[in-house]
Amino acid sequence: MPLVYCGACSHAPGITGRAERADTQTRQALETAFRRMGDEMRATRPDALVVIAAEHFANFFMNNMPAFAIGMADSYEGPIEDEAFLRIRRTTVPGNKALSRRLIETVMQTVDVAYAEEWKFDHGISVPLHFLTPDYDLPIVPANINCQGPPLAPLARAWAFGEALRRAVDAVPERIALIGTGGLSHWPATPDSGKINHEWDREFLRRWSANDREALLSYTDAEIYREAGQGGFEIRTFIAAAAAAGGATGRIDFCEPVPIFAVSCTLGSFELPPAQQNTPSS
Amino acid sequence: MSLYQVQKLIYQLNRDPRTRQRYADERDAVLGDYDLTQEEIGALAKPDIGLLYVLGVNGQLLMHFAALHRIEWTDYLERMRQGLKEYGPVREGVYAATGYEGVEAHDARLKAERETR
Repeated sequence: MPLVYCGACSHAPGITGRAERADTQTRQALETAFRRMGDEMRATRPDALVVIAAEHFANFFMNNMPAFAIGMADSYEGPIEDEAFLRIRRTTVPGNKALSRRLIETVMQTVDVAYAEEWKFDHGISVPLHFLTPDYDLPIVPANINCQGPPLAPLARAWAFGEALRRAVDAVPERIALIGTGGLSHWPATPDSGKINHEWDREFLRRWSANDREALLSYTDAEIYREAGQGGFEIRTFIAAAAAAGGATGRIDFCEPVPIFAVSCTLGSFELPPAQQNTPSS
Repeated sequence: MSLYQVQKLIYQLNRDPRTRQRYADERDAVLGDYDLTQEEIGALAKPDIGLLYVLGVNGQLLMHFAALHRIEWTDYLERMRQGLKEYGPVREGVYAATGYEGVEAHDARLKAERETR
């Protein structure tokens, strides 16, 4: 069944952990946009949601760091962070091991992805789910791109991973939604936390919503580090989502810099063909 | 330098409740399991967030190590700034400071921009 929903959003821990410290109007608008994204995603009646995240040493460390990984379990626990820090209650989120396995087998035809039968969600997945599926009633297939411990996979490989996921999703009978989660320019967890290059973000999102592969892949890591900080390496998740959209163009539903959240809070989705969204399952 | 070992210990503390409990009960024994310099042992045991930051600990590890010690967010940021003053620039990794006006000044600038839209 072709992909029924494809989007991307921020996952910054401050969005929940430091919520009250943001401008009230901006925060409320962000939360409304998040809920609307969840409504739109669920309206496509997905059987599962693939979340391409940039995890932060919850599961993988530099002793054995996969460039790409996909979870393969019937349930996942998260968030791993201190509940008082993230202000999201730790819970068990449903997965679908058999579906994960079928997706992984197709992805492996073109991308050497690692699989993980254990996976603890961190804010990269838990913050988006807190808004998008607050009842945790949709099975999740977690996917990860290493954006933390250089050397990092080249952007072109993140694109290839997104394409491989799309081929895998199209090959299963289930209705699958997919989101990428990450920050654009940001310098998180440093003394510069709050610094945002909003102009850089807007240009990135222009390329992303146009689904301009060549322009998206033209950034170098040196340029990203200089202009968008080490947090900018997470654009890999947005790029993978763009690749999974299969040439569809995107729409930016929200993009506002929120310094106390350390990012331009961003939500966007791709305009998949309507016939694809509305085709009944099985 | 054994930054990798420092980060590995913090990774285990952040994700494994049993390691956290053991660290609370017998910290020196846990520290002894890793190949650390005296400077690193001192920074972890205190904990000296500023020095750990300057040593190059990845922020995604360090901020949770700070939360483990009940160090509030603003205090965490301030301790890193003090570390830069006391120990100099970040020595390794990709979490170096690059200069920033600060959240309050940034918020004020954004608010002014919103009002003139």
